[in-house]
Amino acid sequence: MDVAALTFLALALPFVGALVAPLLTRLLGHKAAWVLALFPAAIVLHFTRFWPEVAKGEVVTGGYAWIPSFNVSFSWLIDGLSLTFALLIAGIGTLIVLYSGGYLKGHPQQGRFFSFILMFMGSMLGLVVSDSFLMLFVFWELTSITSFLLIGFDHSREAARRAALQALVVTGGGGLVLLAGLLIIWNVSGVTQLSLLMAFGTEMRESPFYLAALLLVLGGAFTKSAQFPFHFWLPNAMEAPTPVSAYLHSATMVKAGVYLLMRLNPVFGGTPEWQILLPLFGGATLVIGAALACRQTDLKLMLAYTTMASLGLLVMLTGLGAPHAIEAAALYLVAHSLFKGALFMVAGIIDHETGARDVTRLGGLRSAMPLTFVIALAAAFSMGGLFPFFGFIAKEEIYYALSGFDRRSMVFAALAIFGNALMFAVAFAVALKPFVGAKVETPKAAHEAPVLLWLGPALLAAKGLSTALLSGLTHELVSTPMASAISGEPRAVAISVVPHVGMPLAMSIATALIGIVFYLKLDRLRDFIATILADIGWGPDRGFDQFIRGLVRFSGALTRRLQSGRLDVYMTVTFILVAFVLLLVPLIYGELPRAPFFAPDVPLHELAIMAIAVIGLLAVVLAPDRLTAIVSLGIQGFAVAVIFLLYGAPDLAFTQFMIETLSVVVLALVMTRLRLSPSDHRPLAQKVPDFAIALACGVGFSLMLLKATGVPFDATLTEFFNLYSKSIAHGANVVNVIIVDFRGTDTLGEIAVLMVTGLAILSLVRLRAGSLRRIADNDPDAEERA
Amino acid sequence: MEAWFALLVGIFFTVAVYLLLSKSIIRVLLGVAILGNAVNLLIFTGGRLTRGVPPVIPGHQDTLTGPAANALPQALILTAIVISFSFFAFLLVLAWRAYEELQTDNTDEMRVAEPKDEPAPPLGY
Amino acid sequence: MKSVIFRAVAPFLASLMVLFSIFVLLRGHNEPGGGFIGGLIAVSALAIYGIACGVETVRRAIYFHPMAIAGAGLFASAVAGLISIAARVPFMTGLWIYPSVLGVEIPLSTVMLFDCGVYLVVVGAISSVALSLEERGGE
Repeated sequence: MDVAALTFLALALPFVGALVAPLLTRLLGHKAAWVLALFPAAIVLHFTRFWPEVAKGEVVTGGYAWIPSFNVSFSWLIDGLSLTFALLIAGIGTLIVLYSGGYLKGHPQQGRFFSFILMFMGSMLGLVVSDSFLMLFVFWELTSITSFLLIGFDHSREAARRAALQALVVTGGGGLVLLAGLLIIWNVSGVTQLSLLMAFGTEMRESPFYLAALLLVLGGAFTKSAQFPFHFWLPNAMEAPTPVSAYLHSATMVKAGVYLLMRLNPVFGGTPEWQILLPLFGGATLVIGAALACRQTDLKLMLAYTTMASLGLLVMLTGLGAPHAIEAAALYLVAHSLFKGALFMVAGIIDHETGARDVTRLGGLRSAMPLTFVIALAAAFSMGGLFPFFGFIAKEEIYYALSGFDRRSMVFAALAIFGNALMFAVAFAVALKPFVGAKVETPKAAHEAPVLLWLGPALLAAKGLSTALLSGLTHELVSTPMASAISGEPRAVAISVVPHVGMPLAMSIATALIGIVFYLKLDRLRDFIATILADIGWGPDRGFDQFIRGLVRFSGALTRRLQSGRLDVYMTVTFILVAFVLLLVPLIYGELPRAPFFAPDVPLHELAIMAIAVIGLLAVVLAPDRLTAIVSLGIQGFAVAVIFLLYGAPDLAFTQFMIETLSVVVLALVMTRLRLSPSDHRPLAQKVPDFAIALACGVGFSLMLLKATGVPFDATLTEFFNLYSKSIAHGANVVNVIIVDFRGTDTLGEIAVLMVTGLAILSLVRLRAGSLRRIADNDPDAEERA
Repeated sequence: MEAWFALLVGIFFTVAVYLLLSKSIIRVLLGVAILGNAVNLLIFTGGRLTRGVPPVIPGHQDTLTGPAANALPQALILTAIVISFSFFAFLLVLAWRAYEELQTDNTDEMRVAEPKDEPAPPLGY
Repeated sequence: MKSVIFRAVAPFLASLMVLFSIFVLLRGHNEPGGGFIGGLIAVSALAIYGIACGVETVRRAIYFHPMAIAGAGLFASAVAGLISIAARVPFMTGLWIYPSVLGVEIPLSTVMLFDCGVYLVVVGAISSVALSLEERGGE
């Protein structure tokens, strides 16, 4: 198989896994994790084969035409950026699948969980390798949907349902905004593929639609990556089981927004708008997220808010525009995925093994869980940016980018140091506090986690160390290609784990020192932030509730207004509108027909037939009893049949005769049972406006017909049928030939409709008395009780 | 001739709409039946009127030349007549069953699907 | 219906009408007529028969359930359209053959099959409605 087919297979593989997961889990129980982990592992294996090419700075594209007429293709773009993302997604995905095997062991819905998480993996993988805009958007929304399923996994709790809906509304809505942005980009550049878009950077930046496109794209990216003020859904998403938090809400999905910004950096970046908006929102998110993290005592929530802060830092670095900022963003993104994934899994282990995850109610676990403790410490060292972990390298590069002496650099450097110091404190509050100190009684007796649980975080933590120690290899395969892809030009990352005396190191040390102070004073800091928040009292989270409630109330009120539930109101509105369209539009545009010419030479019998039709109609309206109404209806119908006969339509006439006969029979059969008077119950005050509306409609249709018959007739189609019905279709009766041959497919549809109405009537007739009411009451149990 | 037909079609539509605006289910049904005829006549006239000559090709000819009625609207109307009858029958039976169940022929009181004091939608999640 | 004359005449009238309906169906391609009209005539025949002699008699007389007849008709029409696939021409293309039976050339076509399908659907669907309504009327 060629590379393209294999890549397509790799992209489809997670969905195949999702399909077989429930079955496998039913067969193997939680041990199915070992089998299911092979799916993402195979993907990792497949994508590593691109390493040599990508390391050389090449871009691999491929794919298949999808809708060629619309220039839509299923195509992928693999460069340093997407390859790194793909490997992170599949690699961490492998570990997460194993971890969920242990975490949800014995859960009745474990198969479904595997299925969801593999579906998410497929969506995320598709998102980062997508080349065509449409594919990017589809996968973007798919990650929102699968995330909704995963957050709401524990759907019996209202909090989980709320969090799931919130995430879907915020990120799904952002996806729609992104779609609008992509459409603008498409309009400006004329291309539908990211790989082709890269050549249109100048056109894009100089286009008058640049700002609109930028704001829309940022709307998508900021909602997905939980930037302030759209951050509130992320902490709430911690309602999901911990593997989900570790995977979606730290390592992968929330980075989709950052990915998009990095991907579009060569096209959109470098402008003043880019360099103001991104650092501004990113910086705000960094500080707010870090501060809110200190306020929490729940391990998962603390980590969630630091994730938000880290995402802010990444957005800030992407938009900063300083030398080394892009390299720093690339390094920090990888480092963050490794240490945050590990820390979340550690939090999950603590929760799983002790039954508690409130940091104030945990302590002294180091003797019971030594291995977990080591893993936690390793991850926390990386998160705190301490030697010799990968986080240290990333942090050095960040400070290198921020070490300028202009005002802008200094402001953002201060923000970064403050935010990082807070995150440092939180990292050790999560990784150190539960393990040291006096032993605290926990709901479950603490003991070491099983292999399925510790394997994932251990590998991630080890990876955080090995990537740093082998920084040369890391840079060659990951950092350099990734930074080059983000910046759109060749970049080389050279920083190593060996500390250099200089400004960045000084800033790192300052961060660590401030962080230690924060760690020691964490309780006081927490109370302080809690006081501030209590003073503000309102946040976007509550705003979301108010928004949703307002929406529900508004739509309820609107529905009640529009759907009055009264047929005559619907009818009145409809026909007033019909009359308006028929009368007003020609009046406004001066398209009224000329005064009609009533030919005086009409044969008497034709006028007589018309008169009979009119009499029949009036009799229907005025009929005092059932029989009169039925007979009058028949009269007007037969009159119409005679008119058809007179005007050269014997087929129509016969059909109409038969139908009118049958109508009278059927009406008589039903009417004998209805025992209702067809006479008018309406008061006069109702009759007059009703008649006015009816008259307006009637006049409108008359005018329309006059106008239509007043213009020259285009007989092309008729001539076609007249010409060919015998020579091609071997039929002399043109009407019948049209019905059964020229427009046979139409007729096929029509007899199918006839068949369906026949079935519907039959079932309506056969319904048992009283059965309709049960359906109306919408009580599924009524049938069983009865 | 078209003017006379326009007048006739106008009367058909007026009567049909007037009946449809009624609150009695039987009158609404009669309106539906008449509306079908009104629309058929509208299409028929729109295809222009020719007296007497049906669109049938004489045995010795291969094509239809000379004046004949327009075949196309006839083909459209023919199926429309049958379909509108089947719908009319369906509505009739539906009305009858609804009357049996709800004991009313007043459309204002037929509110099973959209009850009068429907509670507000739930505000929880 | 209690009228003795009506009951005596109805079976013959109905059979004649059904025969006439088939005649109308078959001549439809060259003269006024066709599946819709023929079907409606047949339904009228069945309705008259039903009013005269009761629904049960009619149901026995037509042997198949009316909806089954309609289903067969719809199937026949769909098949008439699909036959063209075998001839590698687009869906619904009319195909004609002229076999000679007893020295008389008989034109047969998918179009005719289609029209017969229409006839059966009309007969089945509408007579099913009419019969079921008549049945309930007798209760």
